[in-house]
Amino acid sequence: MSTTAAVINKPQRSIWAGGQSPLKASYGKLMMWFFLVSDAFTFSALLVSYGMIRFSHAAYTGSAEAFNFSQEWWPIPEKVFEAVPFLHGVPAPLVFVGIMTFILILSSVTMVLAVEAGHRMDRRAVEKWMIWTIIGGALFLGCQAWEWSHFIHGTEAGGQWIDGTTIFGANLVQNQYGPPLFASLFFFITGFHGTHVLSGVILNMMVFYNTAVGTYERRGHYEMVEKVGLYWHFVDLVWVFVFTFFYLV
Amino acid sequence: MSFEKSNVVVQPVDREKVKKIWKVAILLGVVTGIEFLLAFTMPRGNLLIGIFIGLTIVKAFYIVAEFMHLKHETKVLIWSILIPLIFVVWLIIALIVEGGSILQVR
Repeated sequence: MSTTAAVINKPQRSIWAGGQSPLKASYGKLMMWFFLVSDAFTFSALLVSYGMIRFSHAAYTGSAEAFNFSQEWWPIPEKVFEAVPFLHGVPAPLVFVGIMTFILILSSVTMVLAVEAGHRMDRRAVEKWMIWTIIGGALFLGCQAWEWSHFIHGTEAGGQWIDGTTIFGANLVQNQYGPPLFASLFFFITGFHGTHVLSGVILNMMVFYNTAVGTYERRGHYEMVEKVGLYWHFVDLVWVFVFTFFYLV
Repeated sequence: MSFEKSNVVVQPVDREKVKKIWKVAILLGVVTGIEFLLAFTMPRGNLLIGIFIGLTIVKAFYIVAEFMHLKHETKVLIWSILIPLIFVVWLIIALIVEGGSILQVR
């Protein structure tokens, strides 16, 4: 009698009662996710500060053709970022930053393909796609270095500072393109993102090395590729927002 | 010198999965292209800014859902990532209003 009762009244264990993973994700992946949530807060704080500072400055109201750099109003981004390497003096608004966006999206794609190859335990394919991802990241960093250098050195015509003198380029004190805060935010936001890309490239190199020497093959899984992949996609995700809020809007 | 024969079984490529990845990639590229086009063909204004933000959210959705695989995780994990981001929504509203007020008193 008691034995049948024991079977019927077997207590229903909650999935949170231990002994299993309710989120069906490993410790490392979960922690990466929660790190990314906190990093998302940092980037949102930076971008929202950009929004606040922009709204606290007068906006340019005239026509886009007649636009000129002034300390009086916030610059139109497409007028600031219109230079492309090897095309000196040719205005090509947003073209270079568009190329950078495509590079980063593509390197994100090659990262997914590396993760996919890892699921299949295909070491050769993981190596191949990690190399492409690293190249994409390095290309992006190179583009950003050029972008910064151009922004710092300025245009040939320069711009007017408050006291009437002509200044060239931007730094943390003066800015030919508009209010000094515009330059500070540019350095801060794209610099913080660039630092993320740099550490992402270093992590990718580490993953490539470990793949090449067979560490993950011996371990029996390529989860590390997935974890670093999450970080790399996040970097791409942040760039999507930086692209919109810093360059397009 | 002996070469250790690897006994790892490599599974064949899942064509469907790879096709899906490239489909999302092309979608991201096309959306970026549309944003680029709109930046030069539409007059600047709140409508354009609204479209840009909308398209950005579309891109963000595909990156997070497909590339980061969040769409295929458990519901609890999805919500524990998304719900904290409500704070960001609050921050946006608070600071944009604040920015406008600072312009008023300047």
